[in-house]
Amino acid sequence: MLFDIRRILGGLFAVYGVILVVAGLLDGAEEIAKAEGVRINLWTGIGMLVLAGVFLLWERLRPKDVPDPSDDTSGDA
Amino acid sequence: MLALAPQDLRLDVNALDYLILALYFAVVVGIGFAARRAIRSSSDFFLAGRALPAWITGLAFVSANLGAIEILGMAANGAQYGLMTVHYYWIGAIPAMVFLGIVMMPFYYRSKVHSVPEFLRRRFNPATQLFNAIAFAVAQVLIAGINLYALALVMEALLGWPLWLSVIVSAAIVLAYITLGGLSSAIYNEVMQFFVIIAGLVPVVVLGLIRVGGFEGLGQKVRESVLGEGGLHTWSTTATTDNPLGASWIGIVFGLGFVLSFGYWTTNFAEVQRGLSARNTNAARLTPIVAAYPKLLIPVVTVIPGLVALVLFSNLGKDGGPAYNYAIPLLMNEFLPNGVLGVAVTGLLASFMAGMAANISGFNTVFTYDIWKGHVNGDKPDEFYVRLGRIATVGGVVAGIGTAFIAAGFSNIMNYLQALFAFFNAPLFATFIIGLFWKRMTPWAGFWGIIAGTLAAFAVYIPYRADLIDLGTDLNASFVAAGAAFLVDAIVSVVITLVTTPKPEEELRGLVYGLTDVDLKDDSLAGDRAWYRSPVVLGSGALVLAAAFYLPFL
Repeated sequence: MLFDIRRILGGLFAVYGVILVVAGLLDGAEEIAKAEGVRINLWTGIGMLVLAGVFLLWERLRPKDVPDPSDDTSGDA
Repeated sequence: MLALAPQDLRLDVNALDYLILALYFAVVVGIGFAARRAIRSSSDFFLAGRALPAWITGLAFVSANLGAIEILGMAANGAQYGLMTVHYYWIGAIPAMVFLGIVMMPFYYRSKVHSVPEFLRRRFNPATQLFNAIAFAVAQVLIAGINLYALALVMEALLGWPLWLSVIVSAAIVLAYITLGGLSSAIYNEVMQFFVIIAGLVPVVVLGLIRVGGFEGLGQKVRESVLGEGGLHTWSTTATTDNPLGASWIGIVFGLGFVLSFGYWTTNFAEVQRGLSARNTNAARLTPIVAAYPKLLIPVVTVIPGLVALVLFSNLGKDGGPAYNYAIPLLMNEFLPNGVLGVAVTGLLASFMAGMAANISGFNTVFTYDIWKGHVNGDKPDEFYVRLGRIATVGGVVAGIGTAFIAAGFSNIMNYLQALFAFFNAPLFATFIIGLFWKRMTPWAGFWGIIAGTLAAFAVYIPYRADLIDLGTDLNASFVAAGAAFLVDAIVSVVITLVTTPKPEEELRGLVYGLTDVDLKDDSLAGDRAWYRSPVVLGSGALVLAAAFYLPFL
């Protein structure tokens, strides 16, 4: 495989997560009232950080998702 | 209840939302550049090197179908038809996806074809390949253009972007990452898009449910709405066509669940291509089955918002009010503060682009292999075809932009064409299923079966649209048209087979059930024997879940 998509997913959602958590902490009464009294930016941000953690941890625990082939399947151009 | 005028669709986006959107596009184009470095052969460009694990190809498979037209359209159906919309998922998709994985994918994958038309050439003849390739290529470019136009309309309504700006910007981004990275780029972006669209929709669902008083409150309010009690049932009202969908159980089971859905899911190359890029036969078979699990749950983020919008906005879908298609954008506007709003807008834009990218990556493969290499010039070096694939990508995107601007002028004609293209798949399934299980079926039976089936669909659908015959609802008309295509294809295939010569068995090895290709190596990997990687176990699990999900909503 050319590069690991799990690292990119983990990275993107980590950045999104941080942005949303910060936005959520700064949200004023107006934003919270709009979202039915829920700090939705904060919660979504936390959710994204968890998702990012899962992808990064998965990549770390099983760096190569591809188990070694029992026979060579490459070479079919 | 709130009454809304169309201008209320404008979202209050700010710099934070645009930052989230810009970050996404940067990553998308970055993936294109990273994927480019790994492209050394045509197999890398058109088949992602046949190296991907099932979870990636599976998520790409579900994502290629999760375009924004699908999401907005299914939410619209939710508002219009109520819970019966889940039929499009639980019976209209899952069984066909499981069938593709368990029965058909081994033939596609192990024959090492690049495309569905190429499989038709191997099983039947070059004429069958060419007809299917041209029909597919034209349809993909036009659908990509219609997609672009729809995207531009939504962006104009939500963000105030002028039509031409949305068309050019999104076409340029799709062009960049497909030309650079080919299919791997398309697939990686589809996986990313899947998570972003879900991340954008879940907050809408949660906040919407809080507003209407949870599932119980939603049920209560739907009962009091124009849908009434019928909006909360899936099967118990289908003895007659007197239900919101206007379809009986026979139409739902055979029309939607069999002819339409098997035609679409098992022969549509824009979907099947994801499985062909898998790393071995087992991963290819698991591709549509892995996709079935998220597909089971997608109604949560489409049908529920549709119902919430129905009970919140009194003039949704009525004269002077916003169209049903705007159910989800209306809820985004109602509930999401800046930040999450940016994620939802990004998800919507990303899914428009992923839909278009799936069309374009299917188009460039079919153009290069099935039209050019197969019928114009087939003995150039491998690099030539990679270059040709890139040129075809540019051509496809430019033609798509042209289509988008034509669609802007003649949107009715475009809708009509799009409906017609849906019927290219209906007869194909009949040809495939007969050709896979009946080794005697002849090459010319394949060709004439598909032609006759396609014409039969048109012969039913065009008079319906011209008001010459009455078939009830649009949905019923498409059931009848697809059913006619299937039957005529099957009859013509059998009749032609009886009067023409079949291919010798030697040429059909690996392409027909029961004629195995003894030269093929077993390509299974260590760990493929585990139950959680068994297509039959996981496929059965998806079917059981689909049936179980119906129980609370009979």
